[in-house]
Amino acid sequence: MKLILASTILAMTATAALADGHATTIRMGTEGAYPPYNFINDAGNVDGFEIELGNELCARAELTCEWVTNEWDSIIPNLTSGNYDTIMAGMSITDERDEVIDFTQNYFPPADSAYVGLSEDADIMGVIAAQTNTIQAGYVAEQGATLLEYATYDETIAAVRNGEADAVFADRDALVPTVEESAGELVFVGEGVPLGGGVGMGLRESDTELKETFDAIISEMKEDGTLNALIVKWFGEGAATYE
Amino acid sequence: MFSFCTDPDTLDTGRWLACYLTTGRHLNFYAAFGTVLILLAITAPSALAFGFAGASAARSGFAPLRWLGKGYIAIVRGVPDIAFFLFFVIALDQGLEYLRHVTLCPNWEEPIRQGANFLVCPEAKLPLSSAPQWVHEGYGFALAVLTFAIVFGAFAANVLFGAMQAVPRAQIETAEAYGMTRRQTFRRIVVPQMWVYALPGLGNLWMVLIKATPLLFLLGVEDIVYWARELGAAKTPRFSDYPHPDWRMWYFLALLIFYLAFTRVSEVVIARLSDRLSHGQATAAGEALRKARA
Repeated sequence: MKLILASTILAMTATAALADGHATTIRMGTEGAYPPYNFINDAGNVDGFEIELGNELCARAELTCEWVTNEWDSIIPNLTSGNYDTIMAGMSITDERDEVIDFTQNYFPPADSAYVGLSEDADIMGVIAAQTNTIQAGYVAEQGATLLEYATYDETIAAVRNGEADAVFADRDALVPTVEESAGELVFVGEGVPLGGGVGMGLRESDTELKETFDAIISEMKEDGTLNALIVKWFGEGAATYE
Repeated sequence: MFSFCTDPDTLDTGRWLACYLTTGRHLNFYAAFGTVLILLAITAPSALAFGFAGASAARSGFAPLRWLGKGYIAIVRGVPDIAFFLFFVIALDQGLEYLRHVTLCPNWEEPIRQGANFLVCPEAKLPLSSAPQWVHEGYGFALAVLTFAIVFGAFAANVLFGAMQAVPRAQIETAEAYGMTRRQTFRRIVVPQMWVYALPGLGNLWMVLIKATPLLFLLGVEDIVYWARELGAAKTPRFSDYPHPDWRMWYFLALLIFYLAFTRVSEVVIARLSDRLSHGQATAAGEALRKARA
């Protein structure tokens, strides 16, 4: 055992020596379970709107980037403890999160969250499924409905399908493909609810330089229209875009 | 994988399944079984080594060593596994990074602890952020093996300690009468004979260890449970060529069969081992074997 640890450390020191001359590698954290933002494709690689955007950001910043998947629940603690350097995981910018980590400007405009149930008259004050630690979970609790939390987005949908929950509350843009592909089984319930300050890239508060780099490129991509093109590609024509 | 997989929508069920079960995602799933088996193959001997060291220490005539052995057994056995897994791994990781930080970056002035952040200089990061992904995964895996070995080592130590005490006193007296030293008695008499007493306890531990491997997910290693959940999740045609509804039940059924088959094979092997060890022993099992032969 000690041998293994020792040889691992040795291997690391060796790679350290090799890596000195190279550009820094930015490790990009994502969840890999929230299409179209990020998901694992058939080939077993991360894919989605944020992956394509992140790769473009890195290319323009001339940084080498590597994607790392991490469970949603521990995605912020693992950023602060340095397991990776950024979070791009459909994470809405909120004041609470901003106290712990920093955000770039949003790369996805503030959008509606919505309820989805098995019928249009589903009780949105009944039992509502939401992914744990999301703004949607917070909102459901505030409204006084019974909140049922799940670790992944997919489990929240499964809870509605099998009747454990009356409805699910999530980002409308994540729900749209799910509802469209459900062949009428799932429907939107009621009006959308505007929540959060858009989706941004999360970084450690000490990484101000990296944050400024990415901020500048996001502005650039907003101006030259490439960001809007990416949003339309992944979220369809109806998605909110930048002016 | 296969040449006919280019357009999965047009395939019949058999071919569709053949294509579906060989996607890159599924290959990751199969590789995860290998990860679990490797983890077990490395962890079991390491845990046994920890256990042996712990038990020997707990029996030692030298008091501080004895306290160390007993303390190790008592503390690790008393802390819930899951708390140990969450706390110890982070503490170990940060401890190593701190040591590297102190030696590699003596001129670093910023504090390491900044609120929730634990920030060492980039050169002290373990693994370095520029290291390829496999190094990160290997490091996580090594931490997992070490943690498993320490936790299960404590239980194994207790089992071995009991087994050493169970070796009949008459055997040890005889060894002493032959003029063997304490150390010789331990090596020649106690250790070879204790296994038969230790086996039921160690067998139990092995079974628990097999079932504890899903804890790997807590340590960030993508194990079979992670992939079963990911693959079983409903897939929409927009993001996958192989859309399907929620199939988690089938994937978890496959895991159930895997674990049951694995534990069944283990039971058979342990039973055989037990028979072998009982030969010529002054125990009921040894006596039964002797009678069966005669």
